[in-house]
Parts: sequence; structure tokens; C-alpha cells
Amino acid sequence: MSAIEIATAVRAGEQSARSAVEGALRAIREGDGALHAFLLVTEESALERADALDAAIARGEDPGSLAGVPIALKDNLCTIGVPTTCSSQILAGWIPPYNATVVAKLTAAGAIAVGKTNLDEFAMGSSTENSAFGPTRNPWALDRVPGGSSGGSAAAVAAGFVPLAVGSDTGGSIRQPASLCGVVGVKPTYGLVSRYGLIAFASSLDQIGPFAVSVADAALLLEVLAGHDRLDSTSIDRPAPKLVESLEEGISGLRVGVIDDFLTDASTATRRAVGDAASALSAAGALVDHVAIPALLDGLASYYVIAPAEASSNLSRYDGVRYGLRVDADDVEQMNSKTRAAGFGAEVKRRIMLGTFALSAGYYDAYYAQAQRVRTLISEAFARAYSDFDVLIGPTTPGVAFRFGEKSDPLAMYLSDLYTIPSNLAGHPAMSVPFALGEDQLPVGVQILAPALREVVMFRVAAVLESAAPIGVGAPIGLPESVAR
Amino acid sequence: MSATDLVGASGKQYEIVVGLEVHCELATETKLFCGCANHFGSLPNTNICPVCMGLPGSLPVLNERAVEYAMRIGLALNCTVNPSIFHRKNYFYPDQTKDYQISQYDEPINSNGFLELPDGSSVGIERAHMEEDTGKSTHIGGGGRIQGADYSLVDYNRAGVPLVEIVSRPDITSADQARAYVLELRGVLVASGASDGRMEEGSLRVDANVSVREVGSTTLGTRCEVKNLNSLRSLGRAIDYEARRQVALVDGGEKVVQETRHWNEHEGRTSSMRSKEEANDYRYFPEPDLVPLVPSPELVESVRAALGVLPAERRRRLAQLATDGAVPTEPIATVVELGLDALVLEAHADGADFRLALTRAANEAAAEPEAAAALDAHSFASLIKLESAGSLTATQAKAVLAEMLSHGGEPAEIAKSLGYEALSTGAIDEVLDGIIAEHQSEWDRFLAGDEKVTQFFLGQVMRATQGRANGKVVAEALSARKSRQSGNSN
Repeated sequence: MSAIEIATAVRAGEQSARSAVEGALRAIREGDGALHAFLLVTEESALERADALDAAIARGEDPGSLAGVPIALKDNLCTIGVPTTCSSQILAGWIPPYNATVVAKLTAAGAIAVGKTNLDEFAMGSSTENSAFGPTRNPWALDRVPGGSSGGSAAAVAAGFVPLAVGSDTGGSIRQPASLCGVVGVKPTYGLVSRYGLIAFASSLDQIGPFAVSVADAALLLEVLAGHDRLDSTSIDRPAPKLVESLEEGISGLRVGVIDDFLTDASTATRRAVGDAASALSAAGALVDHVAIPALLDGLASYYVIAPAEASSNLSRYDGVRYGLRVDADDVEQMNSKTRAAGFGAEVKRRIMLGTFALSAGYYDAYYAQAQRVRTLISEAFARAYSDFDVLIGPTTPGVAFRFGEKSDPLAMYLSDLYTIPSNLAGHPAMSVPFALGEDQLPVGVQILAPALREVVMFRVAAVLESAAPIGVGAPIGLPESVAR
Repeated sequence: MSATDLVGASGKQYEIVVGLEVHCELATETKLFCGCANHFGSLPNTNICPVCMGLPGSLPVLNERAVEYAMRIGLALNCTVNPSIFHRKNYFYPDQTKDYQISQYDEPINSNGFLELPDGSSVGIERAHMEEDTGKSTHIGGGGRIQGADYSLVDYNRAGVPLVEIVSRPDITSADQARAYVLELRGVLVASGASDGRMEEGSLRVDANVSVREVGSTTLGTRCEVKNLNSLRSLGRAIDYEARRQVALVDGGEKVVQETRHWNEHEGRTSSMRSKEEANDYRYFPEPDLVPLVPSPELVESVRAALGVLPAERRRRLAQLATDGAVPTEPIATVVELGLDALVLEAHADGADFRLALTRAANEAAAEPEAAAALDAHSFASLIKLESAGSLTATQAKAVLAEMLSHGGEPAEIAKSLGYEALSTGAIDEVLDGIIAEHQSEWDRFLAGDEKVTQFFLGQVMRATQGRANGKVVAEALSARKSRQSGNSN
């Protein structure tokens, strides 16, 4: 069942929240041994919440637009009283004393969190192989990665454990796993969703967003997540957009640009999927043309300076003094150093070192300042393209899900995010919609990119793509055979 | 310190160049980036929350009142208020909850001002920027420093308290001027309402950048930053010590090493903390969790309009009253510093003599500043008028003022109750008759023109009247007799 179906049935009293939650918990129990999408399943509190919700409905109260919908939370979102690990040893034993704003909003809307999902440590990675607690497997093929960093959330939705999940996207961490797992994944405009309580990776790029089995479910979830928050100074002070009501308005006359630069290095099936998507949009009345925006490909280099630079500072606080892991030593500097050496994984250390170097005296201008100039150029290139087009489309990621260990060279792994990174640098919204089956019968997502705060148009395009997708709505979604066995 | 103190063994003359960095805690209700109380003296770690503890996922939100206070300070220091941004200053230290400090760097809120000192000199202000304070470490064992300590305790109540760091230009040329600068700055901060200026509670913390150069040289010498200056006395002593140390080096042909030095008040000397090479690379970069701060011109003007009258202007108002002769700079500075200038101004407006009112305020009243602040200006004026008229001697006036300060009351009544009915000229003449009879030889010398014995007779009268005679009246009586007797003998 979709989130909308569950919420409608629960609000109407036709289905209990408890049965919806029990269904999700059962699916996780049966399927997650093979996948490892969850780091923690909060069975007891989920059932308590479901019962409380059912009681409220019995009293005639309306618990909200996500009433009774089981939802999975990426384990970099702070949950009061529930361990939050970022898939890192360094946060061992830490229990947040507060909820992230999005967690509070979900609770207020009646959604029921069933657990915390796996991720690459501190969201640094594109495969969940960097999790300190072991990788998540792709429900479509257990020898393949689900993508990352929000691989656990993507896999949980793809496997049918939950209809909705929340992830975070710094350079593609929602869209890339959504593409690899055949689900809908959205990175909203920077500032649309509060970051308060999202454990920071790269503050100027991080943005929370939804995973869902359908475009409409993703729209419903984003309506709940979005909105101004006084606790986040970068939060945009305007009401959350109304996405669901205009989903079916169509795209007649809409100008759509296919980004040619994103096709060069994409796999054959991926290129074909984007071509088919363009035809489908054209058939639906859009004015489709090709566009070259070569500056976007410079995003990767810019990103791999800015994101590690911010991360090197954001992750300094994990020093063993106040919370989390502490490795004792003779003096405080040694304690800091030993704690961090033991607590962080290789990729996190690599990025801390990259970022520390990029900000160092004598190198700042050549690296950090230069990367910021490139970031500005990318925003300007987008602005020029958007004077001719309402939205842009392209592949989400160059190919289908890869095998574990296949991208052991960090640079090869970084290239997974080549097409997703530019939207983070510009602060624009972008989403991945499952569209076709590619190599080895694995899902291929098509990415829709839009200017800041144009989520409404982006979702209308997504709805058209979803209905035109040869793989059909929800068809491959659900527990694939590989997991059911 | 006078310039002659800075002569090297070679005979060359040197001068001191000092720039001061003053950290001032703002007197806001809450911290800079969260809603925790900004309160000194609470139990350790009671005024804390996820934000000021830098917990994972927490984000800073700028305190508008702190911005207003920072602007007040900038405007009071004649600075330009600029659009500004925050940076992160990255370094590891246990009292720093995020292991970076949110601070302003190359785009500060206030820049390019100056502070006028009571002696008329002016010290340039390079910048006055906002930043957050750190927690407070207490190191147990190992001499109270982190190296070698058995363990350390950290109180994070201070973490995130709003600070403005005021950086002067290297315009200060002596320890005295450095002290005067801090004292004046404190007055400005308190007058602006932005800070309580309490050095003993750490509301005001001073670091000094000290260098020396040969007199006549226009290039700056290598500077050392001196820390741990907890009082004005430490500041002055440390500058003098550090200047002498550097002169000895430079004069002996050695180089001053640029470094941070620690002032040891007990030993009266500075010692090396860390060299430039060991200094942290703070890896400043713009704080991505905060947005640029762009105060509107209207806001700046409203803050400027709400600023109270600052010490320099208050001193000017008093100085204008010194129409006859030299301006009494020091007493004016004292009464303004203690907030007693209004008392003097009102007494003067009430008809009291300005210079006498200023003297009594700057000396006797200033000794008890709190009681003095509560003095009724009209009563104070009456006292000054009684003294000017000769109805009270200086000694009596001081005693009456002391009584007014401790118990209040009208000066005329207090004088009466103390038996200070001024002695009439006739009474003084009677006393003089007796004294002259006993000291005929001294009297003859006085008549012969020996001025020195005037004092002797004054003293005798005072002793005989237990200080109740007015010195001026006695002097007049003496000279009247002298001219009378000289006239007779002719």
C-alpha cells in the first residue's frame, strides 16, 4: 500500500495504525536479515505510538496527513531517546536529548517511525559500504550496493518494508540510491526543509528529503517536511509548497531541456532511458530540446573541496571530551587524536584531511576560494539555462547499481555523483524518478532538475514520467524475489 | 613610565608601541546563538542546551539583542557599522564545544573608529567584532595549566556568551596610556549599556601586543602578545616588563621572537607560551550555518540615537565650566568615571562654585562612590556654598560631607549639630590676643615681615579652636592686626 492509501484508510478508521505498523515490522523482521537496511528497529515505541494514534482516532481526532504511515529515518537524524549513530563508531553510546525538526514534524503529522536506517559513515559515500556497521544490500540484487549515502532508506522503501523514508542529500545521497533502488527520491531546494537535528556533513549543501514508492507519496511527505524553522538560520521563511493538489495539472507547453553533458559518460541503457523520458514528456505536450551546460561537470571538483572543508570543521567536535567514543590517553591532545583515529573510518578520515588541507594557510585561495568561484559559475550556468527552460532532465547517475567492492578507487566512487552534485552546489531542487530497467534488469532513474523553489513544476514533470514509465508504477517495487527467498 | 626609562645599555633611546585587544562580554539576557541564560555565577553546567554544547545536529541562531549591543559599542567608538558575516575559527580545545569558535574575521560589524582619552589623546580602533565565548576550564594539579594537569573540569555556562572584541591600533605609547585606554573603554562600554565592564568577573579581558623601537624609527618592531592580564595593575606592569625585556634584546643586537607570552603576576614577568611557528592555523572560513548580517541604515541610526551621552562628551561639559584658568583634567576624569559629573553640574547650576564642587566630588565624595551617587544635588550645592562663604572651614566641610554621605541630611543642620557655628571675627580676635601674649617673640618676627611664622599662628589658632576657625578669616585677622600695629608705630 502507498502512504496515501494507508493514511486515508487510517484517518477514515478503515484500518488501524497498529496493523499498518505491524505490517511494516513483520516485513522488516522477515526481509531485513538479508538487506541490513536498518541499524535499529524501534518496534516497541512504534507500536505504542500506533496504539495512541488509534485511540486518538477513536476519540474523533485527526492525527494528520501521514496518520499511521510507517516511516524509516536515516540514522543521521536526531531522535530523542533513541541512539543516533551516523553509522560511525565515534558516536558510540550517544543518545540525542532532542528531536530533529523533521522528526517532530513527522510525529505531529501522524507518521510512525519504525527505525533508523543505515548510511555511509557521516553520509560520506555512494554505496553504504562506508558504514561502520556493515553495508546494506540492494533489494534488486543482493550482490549490489543500494547506492548511498542514504542506502538504508532507499532499500527499506524498495523492499516494501515501509512506503516512506527520510534521507539527506549533500551531493546526491537521496537521488543516487533512489535511482539504484528504483524508488522516488527528492532533494528539495536548500532551505526548504529545516536542517535542525540533521547531523551535519557539509552544512551549505546538506538537505533533507523524501524517499517514496510513488511521486504522490513523495509529494505528500515533502509537504510535511518543508516549512520555515526558527532553529535553522538558513531555513527559507515561507510556507511549505502545495505539491499534491497540482500533481495532475500536466506539463503542456512546459520547456524541458535535456542536459547533453550528462549523457556522455552514462551507460547505454541510461542514455536510452533519458531519451525515452524526453519522448514521453514531449508526447505529454512539453517543448523538449537539448542543452549543453558544460560548467556543470566542473561541479565534482568544486564539491570535493567545499564538502570536505565544511566536514573537517563539522566533525571536529567528535573529540572524546563530551560524548561518544573516548580512548583514554596521557593528555588531552593524545586523547583527541586516539579517539578520532579509532572512531572514524577511512573515508571520513580521507575527507577530513582533504578539507583540512584545503582550508590551510597558504592553500585556502587555491582550493577553497577557487572552489567557491566555480560554485558561483555553476549557479550562473544554471541561471542561463533556466532562461530558456522551465526544468532540465538527465540521468541521476551514470549507471545501474554496481557490485560491492567494484568501486574501491575513491575517485571512481565519487564519479557516481557527477550528475547530482550541481544541484547541491546551486541549492536547487532535483529528484530521481524510477523510469526503466537497464543493464542486468536493474532500475534506472531519470533526474529532474528545477530552479530554486520550483518544486511544484518539478513534481508535475515527475508525475508525467511516472505514468509513462515502461516499468509502470510500483510494478518492480515491493519485495523483490531475491529478498523474499 | 617616562621615556628616559627606555634607554638601552648602548645609550640609545627606545619607545613603546602597544595595541590592545579587549574582549567584552555583552550584558544580554541570553547567549549569542541560543536561548540559554547569560549569567555569571550559576552552578556549573546549568545554563546549557544542545546548541551551546555543540551537540550533533544543533544549529546557531543569532541573538538580535547582541547585534544591537555590538552596534552600540561600535557607534560609541566612532566606528563605521558594516554589513558583516561570521566565520569559523577552527582549533581543538576542551572548553570549545564544537572545536571551532564562531567569530567575525575579515568582514566585522564595526571598523575604523577611535577612542578619545581624558588627556586629550586619541587611540584608533581597528575593529570591534562579534564572537562567542568559550567554556571555562579548571585544571587540577600541574600548576593550574593544562599541560601536566591530573585532570580538568569544564564549565560550559560561559560557552556561547556573546563577546565583542575591540582591537585598537598600535597607537598606545606607555603603560599609563594603556591603563587610561582600558579605563576609558570600560566607561564607554558601561555608558552604552552593552556591558557591565566588570574586569574581576571576566566581563572585560585584555591582551596586549607590545613592541619597542628606537625613538625616531617609523617601522614597527616585532611584537609579542601578552596574555593573562587580569587587572589594570597587571596590564601596566606587564607592558613595562615586556618593554624592558625587548629593549634589552634589541639593544644587545638580538631579535625579538614573535610569540605569545604569559604574564605571571606573582613573579612579575612574562614567559613564552607559544611561538609563531607553534601558533594554530585557524583555517577560517565563512560559517555556513549563519546568513550575512546586513543592518539597515534606519536600524543603525535608531541605535545611534538611543546611545546615552558618552564619557568624552560628559568631560567636555564639565571642562567648559572651568572658565577661569586651567582645566582640572584629573578631577573631571574622576567624577565622570564615577558618574558624579551630574552632581557637580547640578550644584553649579544651583549657584555653587564649580571648582570647589568639583574638588569635593572628586576627593571626598569619590571615596564613597555609591553613597555619592545618591547625594541630593541641592544639599551638595548648599554645602559648597557654605564653604565658599567661609561659614565652614575646609575641615568642617569635609566632616559635614562625610555625615551627608553616611546618613544624609541638610549641611546647615549637620554643621549646627556638630558645633560648627563658624567662629566670629571677634571670637578669633580674642583667641589671637591670648596666643600673641604667649608668643611675643614670634609675633615680633611676624611684624618684622617673616612670612614663615604666619603658618605658626594659623596652626596655633586652629589648635586653640579645635579646627573651628576658618583659615581664610584667621589670615585676614592676622594681616589686619599687622597693618594696624605697623600704622601705630609709624
